[in-house]
Amino acid sequence: MARHQGRGMASINYPIGMNLGGDPSQALVHANPDGKFTVALSAIDLGQGMKQVSRQIAAETLGVPIEDVYVDTADSDTGPHDMGSFASRGTHRVGNAVIVAAKEARGVLLEAAAEELEVNADDLVTDGKGNIHVRGAASKSITVKAASQAAQFKQGKTISGRGIFLIPLSNVNPETGEMSPVTAYAHACLVVDLEVCDETGDVKVNKLTSAYELGRALNPKMVEQQLVGGAWMGMSHALYETPEPYYPNPENGGRDYNEYLMPGPGDIAPHDIAVLERPAPDGPFGGKGPGEMCANPVLPAVANAIFNAVGVRIDTLPITPEKILRALRAQGGARPQARRA
Amino acid sequence: MLEFRKDLFADERDDNLNVIGKGEQRQDMLGHVTGRTRFFDDHGFDGLLHLKVVRSPHHHARIRSIDVSAAERAPGVKRVIRAQDVPVNKNTLLSLIGFGKDDEPTLAVDKVRYKGEPIVAIIAASDAEAMAAVKLVRVSYDPLPTVFDVQEALKPGAVVVNETYPGNYFEYHDKYDHQKLRFGDVEAAFRTADHVLEERYQMSPIEHASTETNGTIAAPETNNRYVVHSCAQGLFFSLGTTAKILALESNRLHFIGGTVGGGFGGKVDSLTEPLAVLGAILTGQPVRYVLGREEEMQFGSPRGAERHVIKDGVMRDGRIVARQITSYFDAGAYTRLSSYGVVKCVAHMPGPYTIPNVRGDAYCVFTNRVPATAMRGFGVTGLDFSIEVQMDKLAHLVGIDPMEFRILNAYRDGDMKAHRRVAHNTALIECVQVAAQKVNWPLSETARRASSLSGGGGPRAAIPPTVTDESGRIGRPETRQAPPQLTPGAAPLPAYQPAPAVPVQQPAAPLPNYPSQPAAAAPLPAPTPPVQTPPPTPQHGAARFSSVFTRRR
Amino acid sequence: MARMPVQFRLNGTDRAVFVEPVETLLGTIRRGLGDFAPKFGCGQGTCGACTVLVDGEPRLGCLTLSVTCEGRSIETASGLADGPTLHPLQAAFMEHFAAQCGFCTPGMLMAAKALLDRNPDPTRVEVVEAIAGNICRCTGYEPIINAILAAAQQRGARRA
Repeated sequence: MARHQGRGMASINYPIGMNLGGDPSQALVHANPDGKFTVALSAIDLGQGMKQVSRQIAAETLGVPIEDVYVDTADSDTGPHDMGSFASRGTHRVGNAVIVAAKEARGVLLEAAAEELEVNADDLVTDGKGNIHVRGAASKSITVKAASQAAQFKQGKTISGRGIFLIPLSNVNPETGEMSPVTAYAHACLVVDLEVCDETGDVKVNKLTSAYELGRALNPKMVEQQLVGGAWMGMSHALYETPEPYYPNPENGGRDYNEYLMPGPGDIAPHDIAVLERPAPDGPFGGKGPGEMCANPVLPAVANAIFNAVGVRIDTLPITPEKILRALRAQGGARPQARRA
Repeated sequence: MLEFRKDLFADERDDNLNVIGKGEQRQDMLGHVTGRTRFFDDHGFDGLLHLKVVRSPHHHARIRSIDVSAAERAPGVKRVIRAQDVPVNKNTLLSLIGFGKDDEPTLAVDKVRYKGEPIVAIIAASDAEAMAAVKLVRVSYDPLPTVFDVQEALKPGAVVVNETYPGNYFEYHDKYDHQKLRFGDVEAAFRTADHVLEERYQMSPIEHASTETNGTIAAPETNNRYVVHSCAQGLFFSLGTTAKILALESNRLHFIGGTVGGGFGGKVDSLTEPLAVLGAILTGQPVRYVLGREEEMQFGSPRGAERHVIKDGVMRDGRIVARQITSYFDAGAYTRLSSYGVVKCVAHMPGPYTIPNVRGDAYCVFTNRVPATAMRGFGVTGLDFSIEVQMDKLAHLVGIDPMEFRILNAYRDGDMKAHRRVAHNTALIECVQVAAQKVNWPLSETARRASSLSGGGGPRAAIPPTVTDESGRIGRPETRQAPPQLTPGAAPLPAYQPAPAVPVQQPAAPLPNYPSQPAAAAPLPAPTPPVQTPPPTPQHGAARFSSVFTRRR
Repeated sequence: MARMPVQFRLNGTDRAVFVEPVETLLGTIRRGLGDFAPKFGCGQGTCGACTVLVDGEPRLGCLTLSVTCEGRSIETASGLADGPTLHPLQAAFMEHFAAQCGFCTPGMLMAAKALLDRNPDPTRVEVVEAIAGNICRCTGYEPIINAILAAAQQRGARRA
């Protein structure tokens, strides 16, 4: 019996946004009289952080502190239409709609401030701390709160904005497959270090090392959440998960979390990540959205590392100990490949 | 551990923003840690009723009769809902964007097409009473033959799963039995390639396994409206689907959601909303329809299985000159979103590499299993697994380091993609370089100096003369691309047998060391053993698929 | 079957409620008493989302009959904070971004509290064992483990 070390890698890209477009998202932004903003959406937070990412995009666009923005989603009576949270579309589509809405609201806010300061609105800037001042003359300023109060109670203006983002539906050529699927791609390369036991077929993942390019990381903490959790899911898909262990035989599916296997807290591996940011030209502040793509490179990298460790190719997921053992037996034992680095 | 490589693409970013790029606390985090976050099921209602469904025990059967009389008399039962109570009992999810034909009933009418298909819904005062009454519904069936393998399902004369699509395939453009991708001429390129390698990959179905199961609470609201606490991943998607199935105007539905206990694609299908609302309409009381965990795992839509057969032509120097991918998406019994996943898959071919000749054929296939749906990486995860394992094999075959091999073939700004759009904003090369650096994986000087920003475009931006064909034309059997004649290594799995057989994909022969020299006329070792069944007889128009692929020609 | 009276203390407050003999503690707490912090994730005892403390011991609310809780003290995540002051575990979960969808969080917190209450200075392995019955599908567990270890450290520092 021996445990064989192996290293494998894979590189991928991933389309951001619903393929072929035709999937609008809307946003509404409005201010209370004291300059606190609400963003109304019908976007869905599945845990990926839709509320917070929309909040940061709105705060940045409005030029106000993050605490002054609250995202209210999703109530169909108050939130405007949105297709939903799937197909890596949330950050890209909703984010862009929020920018449009927040820009309109900001325009009214600056007009109100300009009227109070008796200057041209084009000359005004925000400091992100709750103040509006004349560009190059910080002393000539008014707070967002005062401008909002003036708009509401003196000027009779509504500080609000509407936004929609739509990439029109693209057709697919039946003969050639010519199409405009998406406008932005995220990228990744991931290396897996693992060991394979040639007696039990057990695979222990020891380390993940990765480079992910996601456009601008709108919130680094939430990017880390996605990449760590997503890579865990990739490892799970590679080695554990299946509702049909002998597909296409439809039987023997798990009925609970004891029968449907996933790596538990004792089965995880450290993940060393580098984040690259090449902003997407049409993404909100260049953001792409890492949520879906982060699991993908792990599956092939695990398979390639197993080959590197013991010389067997398992082309059918998940790569269970049973499959490894059968392959090793057919091969006449482990055949470790050249070590890498 | 997470580091930012701010040095890369620095001139394309303004890093002086106030809020963007900051690791601000999540708006929802305090609610999560205090237990105050309200998910769909965290809403109290007086007089809450509970809905459970009777599910088919058969994978495929004609329904002879349904007798609900005992269930109707059972303790606590308030209402039994049958197929005829559903106003528009046929739908397909993507009809909201005009894609596909209505093919799925909310409650089965004349036949069941998968094990677990809902037939009757019971609404009772408690969960336990609803479950007890479910057992009292008597349904008699005539079991029908089944088909579980995608390639078996595509054969002429196969059992028809879903009569809306009698060939067991989703119909693309009302013209073909699959979606095509044609770019250049792969056949010509295979003839000039130093090596040709064809391999088959199989992605398992996957359960989303979100800790919150699918569910809905619907209740009568004021003004003849209904409030719907929903776990949907698309609020208006689900509202629109519910409105269509129940023939209601959208403004009679008040959907509340947006805070969901994990989705990963498993909450796009509106599995529970329509029946819960219908229950609230029919009883005038709040109705809760929540899938149990076993129900979710067995009958909630999973990520569907995918099979990808990849054939590559590669030169000794490592350039891939042709890639052909045949993909089969197992949709299960109804379309749901698989038709979309197939198009996304085709758009993703041939992966993040610039290959001058690409051919793709992707099928959305109906089988007698639980309908599949979207999942994280939909249409791409399985293809990426296949492509990247194939890339590893190709690198091994030509004796090039796998990282170098990726960089050599990587797409760059200005390159033409197989779906005929120019690539921009690419960064694959940089990702490979950074990952290599992090693990001290030695790269050549050439690979270290490569860049996504240069070396692309020019001749790589050209759209090559392309061979098109009519294979798979619907209604023209002579052009119907029968299941491609596969190599022994890529033979279809045996049809489903009730007793779980030994898994069928064990390599039978030593194989891992691909010859590093040109394979000449000698066949490469096949990755899987010849199966016992003879290869399928070539069908109409399939002669061109009948040669052995894994051999240099 | 006749409903039965049961009294217990929930997050420090005495509560009395009538329950079915087969009613689970999870059902009583959620639908009977309106504390929606513990979650229904499986009803089979395999996900841990319903974890509550019964007399300080972690228990699966979905497999515990309410009638067996007569006279006991029940704690849920709703009672974890001391008024507006967060429990160190809550603060650490926030600090470490140890939740995404948040559905497993109330159960995870209670499993962790049971651990720290009996073992204020756990090793990583002990933390892993304490939450091994709690499924999280989002985070990959790493931030949760780190948060629990950090909370233990912080409580230790406060005691020192």
